[in-house]
Amino acid sequence: MDIIAQLEAEQIASLGKKIPDFKAGDTVRVGFKVTEGTRTRVQNYEGVVISRKGGDTIAASFTVRKISFGEGVERVFPLYSTNIEAIEVVRRGRVRRAKLYYLRDRRGKSARIAEVTNYKEKAE
Amino acid sequence: MLRSGVIAKKLGMTRLFLEDGKQVPVTVLQLDNLQVVAQRTAEKDGYTAVQLGAGVAKAKRTTAAMRGHFAKANVAPKRKIAEFRVSPENLIDVGAEISAAHYAEGQYVDIAGTSLGKGFAGAMKRHNFGGLRASHGVSVSHRSHGSTGQCQDPGKVFKGKKMAGHLGSVRVTTQNIQVVRTDADRGLIMVKGSVPGSKGGWVTIKDAVKKPLPKDLPMPAAIKSAASAVEAAPAADVAVEGGEA
Repeated sequence: MDIIAQLEAEQIASLGKKIPDFKAGDTVRVGFKVTEGTRTRVQNYEGVVISRKGGDTIAASFTVRKISFGEGVERVFPLYSTNIEAIEVVRRGRVRRAKLYYLRDRRGKSARIAEVTNYKEKAE
Repeated sequence: MLRSGVIAKKLGMTRLFLEDGKQVPVTVLQLDNLQVVAQRTAEKDGYTAVQLGAGVAKAKRTTAAMRGHFAKANVAPKRKIAEFRVSPENLIDVGAEISAAHYAEGQYVDIAGTSLGKGFAGAMKRHNFGGLRASHGVSVSHRSHGSTGQCQDPGKVFKGKKMAGHLGSVRVTTQNIQVVRTDADRGLIMVKGSVPGSKGGWVTIKDAVKKPLPKDLPMPAAIKSAASAVEAAPAADVAVEGGEA
């Protein structure tokens, strides 16, 4: 392992983040720390994961899309960000693609994702 | 109080997540067997400087003259050699090994390296020219430089006119780069942002000339003592084993 990979592995270990098993199509609730002046609170952002990038490296990120007041909103979170308090999987979706960018062109009924009821958790 | 800089190898870039939620892009630089190879003194050379060597070179691929030079300093042959001007009180003993603790976290440095080579580049890429228009009668020459001068008087193109040509592969210094973290055990210096040159390339790091020096810097340099070298060796072994596992 080269030194850069070693440094990244060490940093992931030292951050001590527990990343739940989730993929594109799942609905997640992300607790994101927001600092207003001196006060810090956790803001929840819930939506469908439409993309995961970067594998499990330190540079990994994921995109969450939701419809807010009739307007599509997408947010990209770094997977290992220290601003993320928690990631919670709300619903497992059945999709056939790794990137769900097609959802951007869809509205309402056609933008639904079927739920997986018999989801098997990945072994840790 | 001019103190020595260091020679480092650029390993690549990564990012650090800080406790306050900030992400910092960093370039990782490594001090690889960095030792003082020679001194330049006012009596002998007319100026004071230290000559540092870094890396490991095979003895059989080192010229006889350089082998003699390294033998005089009693150090192993080095891959890269550079001189750093220092003030007379900051001369470092020949053979001393400099550690990454030479720089303090948060301090600013200037880093020089050989930039990436771009080959033969046009005037738009090389000098940020605007090129010609996309339409209104322009044909073929959308990315050309346009006029290069006047008419019969002066009747020539002035020397130094910016034109297409070789771009990159020149020594570039980036000033005021912040040191984010240092790791003396592994000889690593992490600096914020990018550094000129390719991965595996050699760069020189000096204290920033345009920023005040922090107070508690090691003078004349942070030197690996014999005791700390023994401590560092087992730690390095552990790191290697951990890497293979």
